Amino acid sequence: MIERIHNQKAWFMVLPVILLVAFNAVIPLMTVVNYSVQETFGNNVFFWEGLKWYEQVLHSERFHASMTRQIIFTSIILLIEIPLGIAIALTMPRKGLGATLCLVLMSLPLLIPWNVVGAMWNIFALPEIGFLGHVVNSMGIDYNFTQQPISAWVTIIAMDVWHWTSLVVLLSYAGLSAIPEAFYHAAQIDTATKWQIFRYIQLPKMKHVLTIAILLRFMDSFMIYTEPFVLTGGGPGNSTTFLSIDLVKIALGQFDLGPAAAMSLIYFLIVLLLCWVFYTLMMRNEAR
Amino acid sequence: MAKVRLQQIRHSYNADAGEKTEYALQRINQVWEDGGAYALLGPSGCGKTTLLNIVSGLLHPTEGKVFFDNLDMTLTTPDQRNIAQIFQFPVVYDTMTVRDNLAFPLRNRKMEPFEIEERVKTVAEMLDLTALLDKRASGLTADGKQKISLGRGLVRSDVNIMMFDEPLTVIDPHLKWQLRSELKQLHRRVGFTMVYVTHDQTEALTFADKVAVMFEGEVVQFGTPEELFLRPNHTFVGHFIGSPGMNLLPCELDGGFPVFAGNRIKLAAPITQINTNKKIELGVRPEFIKIDENGFSIKVNRIDDVGRYRIVKAECLGQNFNVYVPEGLEIPTENLRVSFDPQHTHVYCDGWLQNEKEPA
Repeated sequence: MIERIHNQKAWFMVLPVILLVAFNAVIPLMTVVNYSVQETFGNNVFFWEGLKWYEQVLHSERFHASMTRQIIFTSIILLIEIPLGIAIALTMPRKGLGATLCLVLMSLPLLIPWNVVGAMWNIFALPEIGFLGHVVNSMGIDYNFTQQPISAWVTIIAMDVWHWTSLVVLLSYAGLSAIPEAFYHAAQIDTATKWQIFRYIQLPKMKHVLTIAILLRFMDSFMIYTEPFVLTGGGPGNSTTFLSIDLVKIALGQFDLGPAAAMSLIYFLIVLLLCWVFYTLMMRNEAR
Repeated sequence: MAKVRLQQIRHSYNADAGEKTEYALQRINQVWEDGGAYALLGPSGCGKTTLLNIVSGLLHPTEGKVFFDNLDMTLTTPDQRNIAQIFQFPVVYDTMTVRDNLAFPLRNRKMEPFEIEERVKTVAEMLDLTALLDKRASGLTADGKQKISLGRGLVRSDVNIMMFDEPLTVIDPHLKWQLRSELKQLHRRVGFTMVYVTHDQTEALTFADKVAVMFEGEVVQFGTPEELFLRPNHTFVGHFIGSPGMNLLPCELDGGFPVFAGNRIKLAAPITQINTNKKIELGVRPEFIKIDENGFSIKVNRIDDVGRYRIVKAECLGQNFNVYVPEGLEIPTENLRVSFDPQHTHVYCDGWLQNEKEPA
């Protein structure tokens, strides 16, 4: 009989990864879990509170309001950026100098730090001195993003579209470039219309990259913080206070660590859940 | 269905390069009869796909004309030419069912729904796809998908010419045989003019009635598989077709007969008029070299047993050649002597077959 060899040294090999993941994800996350079920008055004194903070957050009108704003914002963003991104990718040249130029132009917004994007648009859209604000006002439209909720929303959405549509464009473009010529030839032989080519060849072939584009845009826009913070600071009033901005106000403004921790976890679970739903829906027909 | 005529076709991918223009195709003249099965055979880069795309209308030739039944089609698009093409990789509309895939070209041509239903049913039966009609095309195997793309051509009963661009590349070897013979049967059944592009001689020779062998942008020979085997027009054809290919041995000419390794080789008839400054070669297939006591002596380097026959790798004065020995025939271990069959020994000058004098 063969003796079973006991050699547990291999565990040391995975140690670096375990340490990395621990510091990177598990320990900070567990700290938040810790805070979310306890009350603290400082000096490391904690009292067990169970699910009280969760109930409080889930029943608070303030959370509902910022959640609603968040969902509306993300929906608008996705509805604009995904079709727009695909449309731009479809019209971009496939090869030559034009293609390179387009790709560079498209990548530019993605290279600008988020803070800078917020500051840029703030200055750009200021009613009196900003170019955009000035032009829009001189056209006879009353526009002031620091005072009117509608103007603020329009500005934030325009900013996000400007900043992130490129990502969808680049991903779609990559997907389109991967379609072999033969498919277009076959479509031509079958006398397919442009729309049919899009519907039956290009869109199905872009499915995977579009899934990634939608997931990335969903997650990023659902967690958006820096740009609206710099642009409007969540105002005027609470009109552009999205989930992240609200969370920071609770955690660092009011220093309500328990509710903030509970809200963080709820927030995290919602993002996770929605991503899973998106992914499952998009990949529904893959397995067969 | 149509007779296809290619007249003086030349094509260059860098047509404006003036002196430096490189022609992917040089002066192609071909006539493909209505209802025939043809193959374009040649190695990668010989221009066969370019020629195919010119016939299908995906490319317009730099020079020359394409006729379908005496109609000049040179500048028309694929849909105007009413052709069908099957590509190297299966092209199917992934999100559609097999049925919708087959019906797609007909629906686009505004055919009556009941007629479409009828055609799709017939073609699905022909291709053994009936059970899969309601499945999504993306779920099929490579050969299933290739059948769909074949079917999208077959549903249209008025196709002028059906073209295959190495259609079996991604098919498993054991299915290749099956699909190939099915294709042959299909051709007999539907009677479309079919052109099959491949670099695989077995595929070309089994499918086609006539094969155009292409080499460096030219059709070096257009003939039946038998002609290609027995009388290769060019050393390339001799070497490319057959496994192993024709033996090509440098030789000299003496009074109309080749002299190889000091031996005067017999031919069916002597060669006339030849410019001796050119490269002269003797071509004989391994199948036509016989073991013969009265022949000349060769040295055996190796014997490959391929089952039904053996291939002797022989050498004579530094020239290597293959000899085909059928099963059951003894190969002398020492002092092997062979002779070339005069009926099937040819002389090539700069690669091209030299005509023998008609026997008196």
